[in-house]
Amino acid sequence: MTNHWIDIRNADVILVMGSNPAENHPISMKWVKEAREKRGAKLIVVDPRFTRTAAKADVYAAMRSGTDISFLGGMIKYILENNLYFKEYVTEYTNAPFLVNPDFKTAGDLNGLFSGYDQKTRKYDTKTWSFQLGENGLPKKDHTLRNPHCVFQLLKKQYARYTLNEVSDITGTPKEKLVEVYKLYASTGRRDKVGTELYAMGWTQHTIGTQNIRAMCIIQLLLGNIGMAGGGINALRGESNVQGSTDQGLLFNILPGYLPVPTASVTELKTYIEKFTPRTKDPKSVNWWSNRGKYITSYLKAIYGAKARKENDFGYAWLPKLDEGQNGSWLVLFDQMFKGKFEGFFAWGQNPACSGANAGKVRKSLAKLKWMVNVNLFDNETGSFWKGPGMDPKDVQTEVFLLPAASSVEKEGSISNSGRWAQWRYKAIDPMGQSKPDSEIMNELYFRVKSLYLRQGGKSPEPVVNLTWNYGEKDSTGKVKEVNIHNVAKEINGYYLEDVYDKTATPPKLLGKKGELCASFVPLQADGTTSCGCWIYSQSYTQKEGKVVNMMARRGKNDPTGLGLYPEWSWAWPVNRRIIYNRASVDPHGRPWDPSRPVIKWDPVKPDPVTKKPGVWVGDVPDGPAPPMATDNGKYPFIMMAAGVGAIFGPGMVDGPFPEHYEALECPLEANLISKQRINPTIKLFGDKADAYFSCDVRYPFVASTYRVSEHWQTGVLTRHLPWQLEMQPQMFLELSEELAREKSINDGDKVIVSSGRGELWAVAVVTNRLKPFKIGGSTVHQVGMPWHFGWQYPEDGSGGESANLLTPTVGDANTMIPETKAFMVNVRKA
Amino acid sequence: MTNRTNKRKAILVTPEVCIGCRGCQTACKAWNQLPGMKTKNTGTMQNPPDLEPVDYNMIRYSEVPSETNPVRWLFVSRRCMHCDDAGCMRICPAPGALFRTKEGAVAFDKDKCIGCKLCVAGCPFDVPRYDKDGKIAKCHLCYDRLAEGMQPACTKTCPTGALRFGDRDQLIAQAKQAGYGKIYGEADLGGLGTIFAFKDAPKLYGYADKPNIPESVIFWHNVLKPLAVIGLGGALAGALLHYVAIGPHKDDDEEVKKS
Repeated sequence: MTNHWIDIRNADVILVMGSNPAENHPISMKWVKEAREKRGAKLIVVDPRFTRTAAKADVYAAMRSGTDISFLGGMIKYILENNLYFKEYVTEYTNAPFLVNPDFKTAGDLNGLFSGYDQKTRKYDTKTWSFQLGENGLPKKDHTLRNPHCVFQLLKKQYARYTLNEVSDITGTPKEKLVEVYKLYASTGRRDKVGTELYAMGWTQHTIGTQNIRAMCIIQLLLGNIGMAGGGINALRGESNVQGSTDQGLLFNILPGYLPVPTASVTELKTYIEKFTPRTKDPKSVNWWSNRGKYITSYLKAIYGAKARKENDFGYAWLPKLDEGQNGSWLVLFDQMFKGKFEGFFAWGQNPACSGANAGKVRKSLAKLKWMVNVNLFDNETGSFWKGPGMDPKDVQTEVFLLPAASSVEKEGSISNSGRWAQWRYKAIDPMGQSKPDSEIMNELYFRVKSLYLRQGGKSPEPVVNLTWNYGEKDSTGKVKEVNIHNVAKEINGYYLEDVYDKTATPPKLLGKKGELCASFVPLQADGTTSCGCWIYSQSYTQKEGKVVNMMARRGKNDPTGLGLYPEWSWAWPVNRRIIYNRASVDPHGRPWDPSRPVIKWDPVKPDPVTKKPGVWVGDVPDGPAPPMATDNGKYPFIMMAAGVGAIFGPGMVDGPFPEHYEALECPLEANLISKQRINPTIKLFGDKADAYFSCDVRYPFVASTYRVSEHWQTGVLTRHLPWQLEMQPQMFLELSEELAREKSINDGDKVIVSSGRGELWAVAVVTNRLKPFKIGGSTVHQVGMPWHFGWQYPEDGSGGESANLLTPTVGDANTMIPETKAFMVNVRKA
Repeated sequence: MTNRTNKRKAILVTPEVCIGCRGCQTACKAWNQLPGMKTKNTGTMQNPPDLEPVDYNMIRYSEVPSETNPVRWLFVSRRCMHCDDAGCMRICPAPGALFRTKEGAVAFDKDKCIGCKLCVAGCPFDVPRYDKDGKIAKCHLCYDRLAEGMQPACTKTCPTGALRFGDRDQLIAQAKQAGYGKIYGEADLGGLGTIFAFKDAPKLYGYADKPNIPESVIFWHNVLKPLAVIGLGGALAGALLHYVAIGPHKDDDEEVKKS
């Protein structure tokens, strides 16, 4: 989230699209309700199904799964055509005035493709997706927004095709409904109105997932809603700590704090820093990522400690590297496993046999392993895959170990919620039986692997044997007896390893004393004198006047702004900033666009507590202390962007600088109605028989989507063991319209068989008017939906049903590889 | 009826803000240690289908026609109404089996319940259920929690305030201030302890316009019960009452359900 949960209450219009908060994030609806009751806010819900969230909406629009970009593209066109955008914000705070390379062509020019596409490699050469630079090396701009090559004009050109007729034809949403949504949401283009967007997997799990979100970012920038209280673009994370795990580098391509994982060709730290540090010649741009060198060096010092020295490049060589172009995401990992490329697998806190797209393939992949370690609270369909449906235990050679893990209430530590609040939690009870906290399991594993390396050697022992592991008292063998999780949190925060001085000051000013915890990421150094396990978390466990403070454990209830920022409650990354990009909530002189909800404002008289000079920001922690943009030393608001402004034109995407509508890999149409390019031209296509897909195929005529319900969680490993939850949602079900049910002679409560190109399963039919057939390009298209909470193992009598992922395809988003489980094709018949 | 309005507590149900998450169902089971029941999906989200001895509250899901949307999807909490003039208490022949808490709720003492099921006949809302030991089971407004200064488990859990606990007078005033003209249960049956802020006619939400205790129950309460309890053992009195009260009452009950 750019903002946070409580902030939803500050919105005037709340757009729920790509999520279903009433069912998957129920507590958010408390703030939606407050916004409606206290501000008269309006709730818009756009969803293929009339969900429990839709039941609360002021405006509901039904839309065929996978057509969000078309829907939003139509909104962009509507905003531009009716002059509803926030002009000053757009010209000052976005790249709308930037002039683009004249050779750049939009998807409107090239029938669905942007300039630079290579059919053979299915990749873009992004040379033309660049800005025209002036003599000073800065992008050329036209603040009148009239130059035909400026981003603003290109945006107009790109979305000129997204007419109401066209959009309605693609999405199935009636034209009047489109206008109703567009008009209401665009009403937040005024400086005294703010709109927020809540999304989740309904946007990410598509082959065009990243671009779904990009499209909304463009809208939020056009309307001036980023940085504002009650605004932003807000990802509702599907697990309580999924934000934290991403922050700490869970994904294959990022190290903690969103530092890129190096590739094999980048052999030196210097080259890494050069390659991954964005540059700008604009003195008004903060370009925060210019600090990359400090963060990677401090990270290396955190993990390799005294072994990381200047002479050995701080141990950079020991960091695992990706091969050039290698993708280590979920679908690729299981594809490799399917092909027998892995010997072993740790399934840690997950249940891929049910959660993985194309779960049938996943289950077969597990049988190719020599061994698997299943770390979980309970045995699950993954640990017991060898005795699951279609498996003959005689034929499965995989040796499976179950390591029982402690639950979240059986251990201490922090969780980071969607609003980036890192909140400390305490242990309520001791772990049951032989179960251990994950950290203890890792501790055991680490010392066993390390001692094997020490005794037997190996190809590359350094990355393991050189790791720091100062997480508690050590026994005579050097093994940590018990992990003290506070030590882990402190390592993440970082230490001053020497007395650290600000050398730009005369005389040099002491920033921190050797051995103390860092105050924040600001004093981090690139010379090895500081350590920091995850720079964005620096300040979370710090030292104030010599006293160690766990900021995450704070429970202060002060709310000085009255906006619900609660700056003394826990701690939010970065540096306790509650609304990021908040410098965009004020005009170039530092005056709030909307004085009734000032996130920050510039006080030119009040002295800065550090410099003692007059002029300071009051309110939330600003995105950098520099004075307002219009002043002499002022800075642009978007400090994480090299150009300092919001990116309406986004050349960093692999599939285009503007979002373009493409159909899902499996879709009901023979052709894309808006261009010649049916699917996202840059997605990776998997070639195995197990990955089969069927578009516009009579065998699988209905659009399907998978989702979650409030009564269960993820694959149900935690909730299917709870009779209370099972009582409410006991069985796999399929929601379908009355029209489709009639066509198929299916009655409410009948057992039906749902099938796709990958597999089939039974479900109970829930026949309802909450789903309606769509009119797409003149034809009727039916949409169905089902939860993915069930699995064969539990309930033991088999009454629950199977995982919906037996049906979903092996294909992912072009940028992130998140599987496309929200739009694929199935058939339905009465069992 | 006695006037308890000054200190009477109530639960205010506002279906307009209920999101149907059913945290209330789980919270109730957790607090009251009620087991999960084996159910089936019958083509609706609603489960269990109705109140059960192990389900003191539930959300009823109904899809009703809408002018602007495919449907209007209503989520309505169902539970004991804690009537001021409680039919169940009127007819119950076992002293102390049903009792009035100091907050004005109708609670029960399983040890004193004789299992006659007369309260079923006396209830205009079809609430009382009987557990496997033949004893009454229903919402008791968490009087055990209230005694410790806590609010009921369901209202504590509700994320949106669709279920709210508080002083009955205040809840009614607040609901009216929020624009709900008529509060269901404000005056019915001496005033209900579970009150509803409905936007439309009660029927739409599954409630009878004018809930009534069946005449027969009132009659037998006034005439027969005192005699029976004096003259006969509790169980026998119960059986007799059951015979005379349930018989003539059945049709009425069904009518209420149909409406």
